[in-house]
Amino acid sequence: MHELGVTESIVNIALTKAGEAQASKVIKINLVVGELAGFVPDCIQFYFDSLSKDTIAQGATLHFESVAAELRCRDCSAVFQPQDTLWTCPKCAGRSIEIFKGRELYIESMEVE
Amino acid sequence: MKKIEVIQNVLEANDTIARRNRQLLDMHKVFVINIMSAPGAGKTSLILQTLTRLKGKLNMAVIEGDVASTVDAEKVQSKAKAVVQINTGNMPESCSLMAAMIESALKDMPLDDIDLIMIENVGNLICPAEFTLGEHKRVVISSLPEGDDKPIKYPLIFVDADAVIINKMDLLPHVDFDIAAFRRSITGLNPKVQVFQLSCKTGEGIERWCSWILEQVGTNAAKR
Repeated sequence: MHELGVTESIVNIALTKAGEAQASKVIKINLVVGELAGFVPDCIQFYFDSLSKDTIAQGATLHFESVAAELRCRDCSAVFQPQDTLWTCPKCAGRSIEIFKGRELYIESMEVE
Repeated sequence: MKKIEVIQNVLEANDTIARRNRQLLDMHKVFVINIMSAPGAGKTSLILQTLTRLKGKLNMAVIEGDVASTVDAEKVQSKAKAVVQINTGNMPESCSLMAAMIESALKDMPLDDIDLIMIENVGNLICPAEFTLGEHKRVVISSLPEGDDKPIKYPLIFVDADAVIINKMDLLPHVDFDIAAFRRSITGLNPKVQVFQLSCKTGEGIERWCSWILEQVGTNAAKR
């Protein structure tokens, strides 16, 4: 639902970086999206196709690398992947949990020519 | 073909504007809370109660975010120093307020005459979690009829909250809401969170919430 603004940012960053590199075309944009970040890749692609129209990024492929959620137990420091929506430490059964990985949303790299 | 390393956070554009909002607010000594919840949890009721109780103690303003309509703004109009309604229906994001919307709302407010701005975010437990606005404190309201499993289903919004309000406490005898389990879930995600149990309808517990607000605004004022 909130992917439009985010996709605008992606297009802006891509065009700025492509401009700096004096590229004439953006071929591919490699994005890293955490599993816990509420962003849907298909939705970003949909908006991207429309927002990049008539720019040098038109037709570029978006590649999404998903980062699995990793949680850390505040009691015993164990790092683990959640098995279900109940966030419980598999080692000590602790329920005091912090997010270690999985909220990312960034452009990792781009391919241009 | 050439590969360019980028490593740039996509949310940075929003975060940059949020930081700018915060600077402006601090310059004018205005304390801001961002109130988030599912639709119907009691954001407007909490704002109305706070406006009523703290009248005469603080100069307060409200920023209302809704997909459409001005019904909430009309409700708070008579009690606040200033009210700005943001309708997100015709904006790039309709499901959450974003920092740029707050930036333009602040332009319409007499900041030097305001101590506290309450931002009522769009009713939604997902999208507002991703966007900071420049606020000092993030407040999440959960109400008893929603059930005690919301922190499990929507953890992100609770992870970043400074305060969580359990509203509609007057309904406790009528609903299956396990207060202890809910509190365990949120403090597990977020050990430093402040929890308030109250009822905007009966006024129970509002006093403690208002004392907390006064304390926060006071600390903010002292820092200046």
